[in-house]
Amino acid sequence: MAPNISPLVILIASIFTSNMILSNFLGMCSYLSVSTEYKTATGLGMAVTLVLVLTTAINWLVYTFIIVPPELYYLQYIIFIMVIAALVQILEMGMDRYMPDLHAKLGIFLPLITVNCAILGVTLFMVIRHYNFIQSVLFSLGSGLGWWLAINMLAAIREKLASAKLPPGVKGPALSFIITGIMAMAFIGFSGIFTIQ
Amino acid sequence: MAAEKLSANFKRNMFTENQVLRAILGICSSLAVTNTMRNSLVMGLGVAFVTGLSSLTLSAMREVIPHRIRMLVQTLVIAVYVILVDLLLQAYLPEVSKQLGPYVGLIITNCIIMGRAEAYAQSNPPIPAMFDGFFAGLGYAMILLMVSFIRELLGFGTLFGFQVIHTAPENLWTIMIMPPAAFFIIGSMIWFISARAARKAAAKAK
Repeated sequence: MAPNISPLVILIASIFTSNMILSNFLGMCSYLSVSTEYKTATGLGMAVTLVLVLTTAINWLVYTFIIVPPELYYLQYIIFIMVIAALVQILEMGMDRYMPDLHAKLGIFLPLITVNCAILGVTLFMVIRHYNFIQSVLFSLGSGLGWWLAINMLAAIREKLASAKLPPGVKGPALSFIITGIMAMAFIGFSGIFTIQ
Repeated sequence: MAAEKLSANFKRNMFTENQVLRAILGICSSLAVTNTMRNSLVMGLGVAFVTGLSSLTLSAMREVIPHRIRMLVQTLVIAVYVILVDLLLQAYLPEVSKQLGPYVGLIITNCIIMGRAEAYAQSNPPIPAMFDGFFAGLGYAMILLMVSFIRELLGFGTLFGFQVIHTAPENLWTIMIMPPAAFFIIGSMIWFISARAARKAAAKAK
């Protein structure tokens, strides 16, 4: 049964209080590697948000109408990952054909997204928490926006720090982790507003 | 490629080229499950199992998989083993399975597994590939246990659920079981390791 939470609460909570990166650690790989430039980070954030909303909506329909009736629960991982891979492929081809401008901007990120764990993660959270359709869509939108916000913040900070003199060894991933840790601490401040599990 | 000795492979995967600290792979799950040592151990062994067996399978099939769709095949093989791990956990350790939640399913997108498949299993015979994958998983498990050791000890005062530090709850560091601590601990570990590697490289250059 769907939990009795207002979809709007889910939207806000998934951006701030249970941010995909800062409290669920999902999508870290591309978050760390594509955050050196603010502009590229914006592009990736946009692409992730778009794919998240589309895949979660489709996966909800697939789960409710294809997996649940014949009780194919043990196949759900394979089905979800296939849906994600196929959708990203179709999106890339469709964008290339009909929206070349957007494709030039987001195209290079799309293949990266198939293996972004945030996408599969949001789908699995949606299944575990029994969200209904509207809740799932807003949850995925919030998660995408939260991911986008976090990668943009990190990219902005890293751009400013690019010329800083740092101790050896801290440059690169170690620094990103420490910055992210401080960001996560700051985001704990939001947790008083409301929480979703 | 010259055949690598098993012990050399073990050393490479556990220490010199540890997947988490040196290659920064598989980070997502390594942060999320490390608030208790029990969860980390289960997760680490699960990943070692999946990496080993999927490397074995993919290496055995490396001649027959068409190059262009190999990513798809890899993902499917990995997903099959992850389902196996998930079902085993649900049957024998239902409580841990519940706590790990979506992170068991997320082993599919753990980059270590595909990384080993691409970097090693594709060009090596099945048995060495299996050990390579298994050792890479063990290296991952080791880091998970190190992080969770710090977090569980300081955050709950326990190790594997046994009370080690006897103190009032308000004296424990709650921050340790919250997300930021995971970032700080892994960040410091990477810092330490790469500073050491840089120093060694500099000493060699002289």
